[in-house]
Amino acid sequence: MAGTPIADFWAEFRANRVAVVALAVVLLTVLATLAAPILVPQDPYDLANLTLRDARRPPGYVGTAGFTHVLGTDAQGRDLLSAIVYGLRISLGMGITAGCIAFAFGATVGAVSSFVGGRIETIAMRIVDLQLSFPAILLALVLAAVLGQGKTQLLIALVAAQYAYFARTAHGAATAERHKDYVEAALSTPLPARTVILRHIVPNCLPPLIVVATVQVANSIALEATLSFLGLGLPPTEPSLGMLIANGFQYLLSGRYWISIYPGVALIVLIVAINLVGDQVRDQLNPRLRR
Amino acid sequence: MSEPLLVLDGVTKRFARPLNTGERIASWIGAGPGPRVVRAVEQVSLTIAPHETLALVGESGCGKSTLGRVAAGIYAPDQGRVTLAGAPVMSTGRRPHKITTRVQTVFQDPFASLDPRMRVGTTIAEGPIAHNLVERADSTRYVASWLERVGLPADVATRFPHQFSGGQRQRIAIARALAMQPDLLICDEPVASLDVSIQAQVLNLLLELRRDLGLTCLFISHDLGVVRHVSDRVAIMYLGRVVELGTTAETFARPIHPYTRALLDSVPRLARDGARGREIKPIAGELPSPLAPPPGCHFNPRCVHAIDRCRSEAPELLPVAGRIAACHRAEELLATV
Repeated sequence: MAGTPIADFWAEFRANRVAVVALAVVLLTVLATLAAPILVPQDPYDLANLTLRDARRPPGYVGTAGFTHVLGTDAQGRDLLSAIVYGLRISLGMGITAGCIAFAFGATVGAVSSFVGGRIETIAMRIVDLQLSFPAILLALVLAAVLGQGKTQLLIALVAAQYAYFARTAHGAATAERHKDYVEAALSTPLPARTVILRHIVPNCLPPLIVVATVQVANSIALEATLSFLGLGLPPTEPSLGMLIANGFQYLLSGRYWISIYPGVALIVLIVAINLVGDQVRDQLNPRLRR
Repeated sequence: MSEPLLVLDGVTKRFARPLNTGERIASWIGAGPGPRVVRAVEQVSLTIAPHETLALVGESGCGKSTLGRVAAGIYAPDQGRVTLAGAPVMSTGRRPHKITTRVQTVFQDPFASLDPRMRVGTTIAEGPIAHNLVERADSTRYVASWLERVGLPADVATRFPHQFSGGQRQRIAIARALAMQPDLLICDEPVASLDVSIQAQVLNLLLELRRDLGLTCLFISHDLGVVRHVSDRVAIMYLGRVVELGTTAETFARPIHPYTRALLDSVPRLARDGARGREIKPIAGELPSPLAPPPGCHFNPRCVHAIDRCRSEAPELLPVAGRIAACHRAEELLATV
């Protein structure tokens, strides 16, 4: 019980080896994608670098540019390792951005509707319930189809599909906090409702929301990959992992497995790692799971 | 008596338990039970003079905390008015909110009344900064001065509530309330959740601060020993109504209302001089459900003096021997003391 809450939290987190490895994987992925331009051998989107003579070569092939394609090349002769790192960059960026916006929007909807109560609460929460009863992918698919391609459109589709989880969680937590004495003490000071929600209720609702956030970032990465795989996600000029998988799909049965498999492996490793970190965070923040 | 500081005028507070879906459907077709309403506080009028301490006494569930929260501007009354020095405590309208800073509250449970994720100093400084009682730049010094007044070192400000004991937390809660520089302090069972050894310290601190700052207090408690120690006047509540109101000394010496008497008789006391103590007489029966209060005087099912009139007609609060009491047989009973 020594030290700050954060130090205690880290000490407990460190005890789980799997979670530490998963966290390392996530952090390394983030670092790798941030440093992508200096890390990978080729800018996969510079068409001047590509030559069709290198297309669909297996892992280990030494290309015309003189370097080894560790994971092989795709149908355009693009270095797959470079394409995967750039793809991760887009996938991770979209996933985290969508997760953060959904967090902010959902938590606001949940906390405010719980605080205000009455008809507004009923309407907002029934909409959320309605959404939660559909698979998120369905809503995202419909929105992506209606809005068309593009980063903003995809973000809107992802946020719309995911905010409901945050809103539901925030609403539950805020309703539990709402009638605690410290909230009534703050209201009876009196402090304005906005201050009470932002400074007292929301910080006390954070633990369950953080758990939802880690899971939902992984989910929005998967969701984005699905949409891109189906051709409803980002335009081909910004290929995410989903599109890389889709591009190699047609060659899968002809033995050129690497074009689809390696982006798929990267996607799975990232999602599993985020989920493992999320599981550990949930175990630590949920007092009922403590031994 | 001088002009009163706090006036509660005909305050009624009801709580309706919302119907569940089944009951709502039933009430649509006219078969439902109708909304269930608890009258937590029923037509209570009280005044507190400046620098006076009024104690509100009663069993759990009698509405004393609800009345305290109405006075503190936490709940809006359904009927009646609450004014502090002539100005309303809460705004009117569809969503009433508190509009004065001159009344502050110390809550019963210091483990619940401090935000667990906020540093103590921030908690104390928040209100005064929001209401321009202190500049943000000066707030550290301001907080330290209030912490000192409640007997805590200044470095407490940088720590979190979970690092303190119950007594220390209650001191912090008192500092938070007083930092708003209130005229009226509502103490809602401020020592009930503390260890007995700590209770006296916190009580003495409250008494000392009350004297030094010239505070007016509404002191809510079920502990008659504490009440006798701190209050000038005492109001006894039973099932949402005030049944007796008078100075503490007179009320304890010559209680009028049968409930007050029963309450005083039910307190275990140590006998002086080795003599055998008085017999402890628990009050017969349970507090009736406020959902369905008994007709007539609410106390009649448990009252040893009840007559037929008590079962049909609710007694009004009337002056009796310099106090006020709500009992049909007040005059007779007074003669028997």
